[in-house]
Amino acid sequence: MSLRSALCAATALSLGTAGAGVAETITIATVNNGDMIRMQGYSDHFTEATGIEVEWVTLEENVLRQRVTTDITTKGGQFDIMTIGMYETPIWGNNGWLVPLDDLSEAYDINDILPAMRNGLSHDGTLYAAPFYGESSMIMYRTDLMEQAGLDMPEAPTWEFIRDAAVAMTDREKEINGICLRGKAGWGEGGAFITTTANSFGARWFDENWTAQFDQPEWKEALSFFVDLMEDAGPPGYSTNGFNENLSLFQQGKCGMWIDATVAASFVTNPEESTVADKVGFALAPNHDGVEKRANWLWAWALGIPAGTNNEAAAKQFIEWATSKEYIELVAANEGWANVPPGARTSLYETPEYQDVPFADMTLKSIEAADPTNPTVDPVPYVGIQFVAIPEFAGIATQVSQEFSAVYAGQQTVDEALEKAQAFTSEEMEAAGY
Amino acid sequence: MARSVTPQRKAINTIAAWAVGLVIFFPILWTILTSFKTEAQAINDPPLFLFFDWTLENYAVVQERSNYMRFLWNSIIIAGGSTVLGIIIAVPAAWSMAFVPSKRTKDILLWMLSTKMLPAVGVLYPIYLIFIRMGLLDSRAGLVIVLMLINLPIIVWMLYTYFKEIPGEILEAARMDGASLKEEILYVLTPMAIPGIASTLLLNIILAWNEAFWTLNLTAAQAAPLTAFIASYSSPEGLFYAKLSAASTMAIAPILILGWFSQKQLVRGLTFGAVK
Repeated sequence: MSLRSALCAATALSLGTAGAGVAETITIATVNNGDMIRMQGYSDHFTEATGIEVEWVTLEENVLRQRVTTDITTKGGQFDIMTIGMYETPIWGNNGWLVPLDDLSEAYDINDILPAMRNGLSHDGTLYAAPFYGESSMIMYRTDLMEQAGLDMPEAPTWEFIRDAAVAMTDREKEINGICLRGKAGWGEGGAFITTTANSFGARWFDENWTAQFDQPEWKEALSFFVDLMEDAGPPGYSTNGFNENLSLFQQGKCGMWIDATVAASFVTNPEESTVADKVGFALAPNHDGVEKRANWLWAWALGIPAGTNNEAAAKQFIEWATSKEYIELVAANEGWANVPPGARTSLYETPEYQDVPFADMTLKSIEAADPTNPTVDPVPYVGIQFVAIPEFAGIATQVSQEFSAVYAGQQTVDEALEKAQAFTSEEMEAAGY
Repeated sequence: MARSVTPQRKAINTIAAWAVGLVIFFPILWTILTSFKTEAQAINDPPLFLFFDWTLENYAVVQERSNYMRFLWNSIIIAGGSTVLGIIIAVPAAWSMAFVPSKRTKDILLWMLSTKMLPAVGVLYPIYLIFIRMGLLDSRAGLVIVLMLINLPIIVWMLYTYFKEIPGEILEAARMDGASLKEEILYVLTPMAIPGIASTLLLNIILAWNEAFWTLNLTAAQAAPLTAFIASYSSPEGLFYAKLSAASTMAIAPILILGWFSQKQLVRGLTFGAVK
């Protein structure tokens, strides 16, 4: 035993004998998203009710992923709860790295979790992380510009309509771009968006034998469509635009349409942040004419417990509190219904007050339209819509999205990028033993 | 013979130096300015330079949300501790290399430097496992040791370069006067190399203060320094540039102030030996 652990043990023992009521402390690793920060603010309520102290470690998304992966694989025991997403949860659950959440209390009402979220955060039917908030993607558009263009946005438009509308709304002199989309390299940035676009053109990452599919005509059609659309109606330099850059453009009134995460709806309709807050409409993500799959994804930020933690019971107690109906009511009472964590519970969408929130209905429809177990037109051997839930995917997709971003930046052609993507993916998958 | 400098040439040089200085300083200046804007002003296009409603709101939010003093204290201990420990080890090492070199001294120096060329992530897992076993994860002591080891090659190299400028005859004279090795290093060599040691010290404090790979990967809630404090304000979904700028300004302020007051010492140390 190290000197430090010996000292810790001695201290714990002496404190223990000094009397009962010593506060238990749990450490939570999380990201700096609005809903997560709000949760930190309310964690005092949890401490008051249970006596369990909460320590927060907030990190940038990619650093968090690297940090918790290191800790979980080496059994470092630094964290009692980790904020993870739909990509990691089934893989880590399968590896036995997470504590199964199969004994949550009856009051928690696990059946109230939206089925799409529950499926995406489970492995072999067992839930491994509880969704704190969930999201899909949808179209956010400027109602005034759409009207000026003489068009009427349908609830479920096609890519062809989106292209025509984007071109009609574009006014380069006034710095208005018909459409703003992610082009930034990274599997969770532009990589996620182009994958959903490809799904809606009938493309897929792999066939049933895990053979890469970038040499198929659907990928070429999807990527070419995207590049042409952005050339005609996108903002300059879109190859480096991700969620935050597009949010900034939209809030300043420089985008006619923006297809991105449903959580963005609360930002673009907030008059304190957005110059176009009262002119935003919502529609389902588009599909290519004749293809049944739409370009919407599914994602959840969820709370999981690493196997081997010493504070499992306290960690479960916290997760039950943070993802409960009561927590949603607590936030609604203090900050209004538009600010509650969305996309996790069915009951939220049945609440009359929440139904009045302008983006609630479209968010739910978008989430319900996403099916991670059946994400593409042709069958695939994987789970996940904007990602493939295998450990190798993050590395492969980052490289592939870099090739695509090079197309957006005018550094290579669509054919060259697809050829490189095919070669790289095939090589990596072969090396990984698929 | 000294070159004559005309007033015109002097003016051009001064303007050029200021221009280069401003270009280098601009990102820091922009960060500081952004920290006084609202989130909406921070992303305004065209960017707002000086004429906006200055606000301290971001600092209030950051102060409320994070325990700044704990991060600051950790940074001071980790940067200061690793540098002082590094100097204590490096002074004798550089002395031996400068004044009693062997035929392998140059190789050793190059080998020491080569350890800096290894990507840090390559040794993350071994070091993480060692830290788990020794109970050093999320401890300031662990980070002091790691950062000292990482910066040791630079400290030794810098001190070696300064020591080489000191004539060996002075040390010989001290020895002839009966000085022991300890006295020779402490009372003769060190006072003569003070400018060099001071600039090495300052440069390494800055390096350790800014180190972000190990400090992020080996800490959690207890030992996290200001690098972790900044990282906690970066957001994948949401525009918090003004708050991020306020956090960054608070993180760099101490080192900026230290650099400002010690700039003469730094410049003197860095140019030590260049002009005789």
